[in-house]
Amino acid sequence: MKYKVEYLEPDDLKKLQLDRLREVSMHLYNNVAYYREAFNNLGMKPSDINSLDDLGNLPLTDKETLRTYYPFGMFSVPMSLVREIHGSSGTTGKPTVVAYTENDIKVWSEVMARSIACTGGTYQDIIQNAYGYGLFTGGLGVHYGALELGAAIVPMSSGGSKRQLQLMQDFKTTILTCTPSYSLYLAEFAESMNIDPKKTTLKIGILGAEPWSDGMRREIEEIWNIKAYDIYGLSEIIGPGVAVECEGQHGLHIWADHFLPEVINPETGKPVAEGEDGMLVITTLTKEATPFLRYATKDIVSMTYEKCPACGRTSPRISRIKGRTDDMLIIRGINVFPSQIESVLLEIEETEPHYQLVVSREGALDELEVQVEVNEKFFSDEIRTLEALGKRIKQEIENVLSIAVKVKLVEPRTITRSEGKAKRVIDKRNI
Amino acid sequence: MHVKQISIFMENRAGRLEEITSVLAKENINIRAISLADTSDFGILRLIVNKPVDAVEILRKEGFTIRENEVIACVIEDRPGGLHSMLELFAKSELSIEYMYGFFERHTDKAVMIIRVNDPARAIKILLDGGVELLRGEQVYSL
Repeated sequence: MKYKVEYLEPDDLKKLQLDRLREVSMHLYNNVAYYREAFNNLGMKPSDINSLDDLGNLPLTDKETLRTYYPFGMFSVPMSLVREIHGSSGTTGKPTVVAYTENDIKVWSEVMARSIACTGGTYQDIIQNAYGYGLFTGGLGVHYGALELGAAIVPMSSGGSKRQLQLMQDFKTTILTCTPSYSLYLAEFAESMNIDPKKTTLKIGILGAEPWSDGMRREIEEIWNIKAYDIYGLSEIIGPGVAVECEGQHGLHIWADHFLPEVINPETGKPVAEGEDGMLVITTLTKEATPFLRYATKDIVSMTYEKCPACGRTSPRISRIKGRTDDMLIIRGINVFPSQIESVLLEIEETEPHYQLVVSREGALDELEVQVEVNEKFFSDEIRTLEALGKRIKQEIENVLSIAVKVKLVEPRTITRSEGKAKRVIDKRNI
Repeated sequence: MHVKQISIFMENRAGRLEEITSVLAKENINIRAISLADTSDFGILRLIVNKPVDAVEILRKEGFTIRENEVIACVIEDRPGGLHSMLELFAKSELSIEYMYGFFERHTDKAVMIIRVNDPARAIKILLDGGVELLRGEQVYSL
């Protein structure tokens, strides 16, 4: 299936983007105090926007902004028009909240259907969706896209590997959607069940929600005998379906008719030259409930406007995520901020607020070890007391992060103190 | 009847124990009894030494995480059933032992058990009533 808008001439795309930018700016100016103030501070009205470049004057919106206006301060429609609310990890205890009107769900379904189609998926496919269903946007986003495309969807959600493989064989799944690391884990699991992953009916993997490399892609393609495509999205923009690879597998087509991308130097805030690395900033052009102007994704990418030599689409392409401008970690597809762990430890009086996170990949799956210094005042010489403390810390952290962690108690003063910004994270994953 | 024991929190890593013994050796501190409890991630070293006050001071100064505890030192006959008759006293009184470890005392040919309980006062009374010989701190330190 071909979506014409993905093949627009650059000038036509720009015109469409400008019309939509003015419309969404007006909507935000009228309904969200934060944006009205931003325009007023510039002595500017949405009607003064004459080109896409005018956007560059507006301040960035980021997770901090969403935290300040938690929970509903950034909503631009009354709750009676909201159909769905999602959230993702905030930098501390509270999640960032995003909402969808009926039309937002339609747009989400459309961009996700386009993403599946871009990888070669059609209404004839059977899609096994192993992204988590829930507040996390991964599961439902893919689900809506598959419905829109007319494919058959098996809403497995994450985990339950034995069942995943059983049903994959029985239902003759053709597309698997999950994190890249889970697809590898599942292949290893298949082998342990004496199932040859190469002999399944699977032909496409649409993998995302965590950074991965071309090396990992080759491994996944080899072990499953499939084509593996990178998909990009974030809940603040819409969820999965913001950008995806085509058969060329060189860059992710960003659906720029809905999401206006900029790549800026995170320090100066100025746009970088085409092809240079910088922070991806996205303006949602068509969202109704929680549109954001210039949302700072904190993801480092490069971008090209060159027409795709493989598929002929003219929508700009972003590179794989090359890094982050903040200290966010992505572990098993879940966003984790060290500050979330810090806020938990500050509540536990037996520990010092000194900690270190060690991320590693055991087999195919990420492991997060939290090393915590025991406070001398509370050091007990009974093993069970210390083990109970470790267990309590583990539970408190897991409650906040929603992923399993390993807690290791270490001696006081053994975690390196550094001048200024502490080195909190040791990432041993080679990705 | 209390004996001072020093517990040290230790990460499980090569050379850590040696760092502790090196500090003690340098300060001329003699270890009377030693026990190491371990889990997969950390260990707890328990020591009875000849100069507990000095040992605590120097270990703390060297940055070790330590705790002082009171334990009981019981003398038992070095013969089959020697430990058993003492433990019978604990069982009968439903007194539970947190941990214990033993060493052999060369001057008297007797074994000494170091015992940690939740309620030391009660344990001491039961042991004394049961005819068990207990050692005072100074006696243990100077063995």
